[in-house]
Amino acid sequence: MDYTPHTQEDIDQMLRTIGVSTVEDLFREVPEGLRLGRDLDLAKPLTEMEVMDQVASLARKNRSVEELKCFAGGGAYEHYIPAPVRHLAYRAEFATSYTPYQPELSQGVLGALFEFQTMVCELTGMEVSNASLYDGASSLVEAVNLAAGMTGRSRVVVSEAINPNYREVMETFGAGPGYEFVTASASDGVTRLQGLDQAACVIVGQPNFFGMIENLPAIAEKAHEAGALLIVHFDPLSAGVLETPGALGADVVTGEGQSLGNELMFGGPYLGLFATKTEHVRRVPGRITGATLDSNGQPGFVLTLQAREQHIRREKANSNVCTNQTLMAIVATVYLSWLGPQGLKELGETCLARTRYAAQLLSSVSGCSLRFEGPFFKEFVLQVPGRSAEVARQLADRGYLVGPSLERFDGLENCILVAVTETRTAEDIEGLAKVLAEVVA
Amino acid sequence: MQTIFDLSVSGRRASTIPQAGVEENEPAIPSHLLRKTPPALPEVSERDLVQHYTRLSQKNWAIDVGAYPLGSCTMKYNPKINEQIASLPGLRNLHPWQNEADAQGALAMLWEMERALAEITGMKRVTFQPAAGAHGELTGLLIMRAFHQSNGDPRKTVLIPDSAHGTNPASVRLAGYQVRQVPSDDRGLVDLAALEDALDETIVGIMLTNPNTLGLFEKDIEKIAKAMHSVGGLLYFDGANLNAIMGKVRPGDMGFDIVHMNLHKTFSTPHGGGGPGAGPVAVTERLERFLPAPMVEFDESSCNYFWDPDRPDSIGRIHGFHGNFGIVARAYAYYRALGGEGLKKVSERAVLNANYLRTIIESKYPLAHPGLCMHEFVSTARRFKKLGVRGMDVAKRLIDLGFHPPTVYFPLVVEESLMIEPTETESKQTLDALGKALLQISDEAESEPDLLHSAPTTTPVGRLDEARAARQLRLRWTPELAKELTG
Repeated sequence: MDYTPHTQEDIDQMLRTIGVSTVEDLFREVPEGLRLGRDLDLAKPLTEMEVMDQVASLARKNRSVEELKCFAGGGAYEHYIPAPVRHLAYRAEFATSYTPYQPELSQGVLGALFEFQTMVCELTGMEVSNASLYDGASSLVEAVNLAAGMTGRSRVVVSEAINPNYREVMETFGAGPGYEFVTASASDGVTRLQGLDQAACVIVGQPNFFGMIENLPAIAEKAHEAGALLIVHFDPLSAGVLETPGALGADVVTGEGQSLGNELMFGGPYLGLFATKTEHVRRVPGRITGATLDSNGQPGFVLTLQAREQHIRREKANSNVCTNQTLMAIVATVYLSWLGPQGLKELGETCLARTRYAAQLLSSVSGCSLRFEGPFFKEFVLQVPGRSAEVARQLADRGYLVGPSLERFDGLENCILVAVTETRTAEDIEGLAKVLAEVVA
Repeated sequence: MQTIFDLSVSGRRASTIPQAGVEENEPAIPSHLLRKTPPALPEVSERDLVQHYTRLSQKNWAIDVGAYPLGSCTMKYNPKINEQIASLPGLRNLHPWQNEADAQGALAMLWEMERALAEITGMKRVTFQPAAGAHGELTGLLIMRAFHQSNGDPRKTVLIPDSAHGTNPASVRLAGYQVRQVPSDDRGLVDLAALEDALDETIVGIMLTNPNTLGLFEKDIEKIAKAMHSVGGLLYFDGANLNAIMGKVRPGDMGFDIVHMNLHKTFSTPHGGGGPGAGPVAVTERLERFLPAPMVEFDESSCNYFWDPDRPDSIGRIHGFHGNFGIVARAYAYYRALGGEGLKKVSERAVLNANYLRTIIESKYPLAHPGLCMHEFVSTARRFKKLGVRGMDVAKRLIDLGFHPPTVYFPLVVEESLMIEPTETESKQTLDALGKALLQISDEAESEPDLLHSAPTTTPVGRLDEARAARQLRLRWTPELAKELTG
């Protein structure tokens, strides 16, 4: 099964036209001594049916959230994906197309990206959005680069309540430009700013990694006083309930768009959101779609401001990003159109109410408590008696997925994240409380 | 151009959302942090939604619609079984924070795919965290950086041929290094003398694509590798053109130290209109310790796969979770269908197709560097210039004749370049038709150049004014813009 259409007759005719006698002759520019000279030591070809059987048997070895009740969060959430989303966004005309470099043949993708950028602006309260980055972590990396470029500074103040994986990614990519990362403590669950002197930017989450809602106006004021940009990493699904980061003083808003109709898929492909103010538009990384006119004066869409990008500016480009996550952006666009403003609000309210219900029930289990006081959105930190990873393990054995467990944070050694979306009913929550009581007893 | 916002009617909706169904509490969030004005998302019915995005999709070319001979992009057919596999519940519903014990199937798949990619490239270990080729490049450069630093040997400059992809120099700068360009010689290959002149102990390494972006095999690669290694530098293989050489010759055997692959090119995963891709990075044994953490490992005594985060020399994590796993799963299905034998056949037929098309059109579209090509070739439309016809005009006219154009004006080293990569999944009949269309356009350039200047005329829009788009920025829908957009 190799998906090539050639018959032997085709091959013979083609070789004759080219003027060589064998396919091997076509490789004569490859020095003899370099050639492999043996077969690759790989599996044998399979029929389509065998491929399906093989992979399905691997998939069955996973215990997915199909089987486990998902109360896990930490940057990836199980939300309901409505039928029209997959049906429309995965249409082959979108899914099997290339980057829209030939706009006349790409008005579908470009039109959807233009809508996507508009929706991201509406959710973030910002003025410009790009057409996506790899994931939430890569959006933060690029936001830091923007801030460093704007301010000419290299100190980056990161709230402790940012996804620790994202923090690690920022540090990995900070090695090149030589940034200095400073942690702002969140020992009460929300960020306490410090070390702002000469900072290029301050990074906080809204809600943050512990699910807590930050007092953004106060944070923005302090950041701006120090001449730093405020970067807010937000949950786009909170945007029907929570005030936009833009309205509360953010200069750059990043986000993980997985929750906007994208599958959990073991961590990717996800969707990096990136939005900022018009004044920074020429520093925005990645592709941007714009409206223009065609040769007949009719409107249409193109990729624009390409002079920022690597294929034009090479080593002077803002970023090296080329391939992005367009299809995930189209998924998000269809999903948000399905939701509408009222749906987004109701969804946020349902998540919020059920999360609070779960917090009440779980914290009343003997030995368990809420680790932090204050408002949260769709997840919270639960303190448990004993090792949190072990408690999570036992809950998973009994059919409930919670987490991640937070032992890597100072002071949270016995703590665990619990997330509640609209997919968890009151009955599920009560079930988790009952099993938790058994596990910690 | 109708957008979804133009269909919006206040009070209309498609969504149904479950009510909370639990006891209501006092408002828990301070009012100054609550949203006052709802976002102006569209208000549409499900029926409107379906019609709008169906119609929008129909304004798009795609590999499922027709041939897509974009040089450097490897727009091969995307097998449908791959999509069905990616939607298996045990894969798509797997949470990234899940314990290894509950994700044994996923880890086994990554482990097996790692072994396969290591064998194909002649490398030791592979990370799947990079989400795209450029992400892989930067990862590879940070591995180079970590390697040199571990030798107490900070270096400064990365060599890049003048025919390289733009992502290469952009990645170099982000890794904190400088770029030094190496010229191509009149063969279209790296100028060996210029390379040797540039080499000294401050050179980090070189990034090469082999075959290069002209579709030519860098046959001096062993000499290049030897010269680079003799000054302590490293060789990075940009895998954009891996489709030409699978089962024939391996980057590891050529002397490369680091390789990235584009699974969305070589391994048939759909491009999604510009992404997602996957850009796994493979390295030789001496660079293994620098790979991003965590790596998948296998414990033979318990027969369990696990994540090993304990990698003290690692450059660190480069993705929020485990990379674009859904893309790797599709690529895995492709690999299992083809096996080693099929992958070799892919490369042979990709090279056969490119040479066949080249032979058909060469008389009218001379090659920048005549002779055999690998999986793609670069022609020049230079001779039309005196007729007032540019490469882009040829490209746009090809649209009217039913084909997606080739890559235009890249690589930069060839004037009026047309970079053509038919891939192995196009039939002889399709190549004949494409060749015929290109020859027709060549005649038209002389007899009716206006046909080329006014193309395309068969598309939803005519040629678009990109300069205007960059001058008058319209980057989001607004009610004011609506009038302009709907004409």
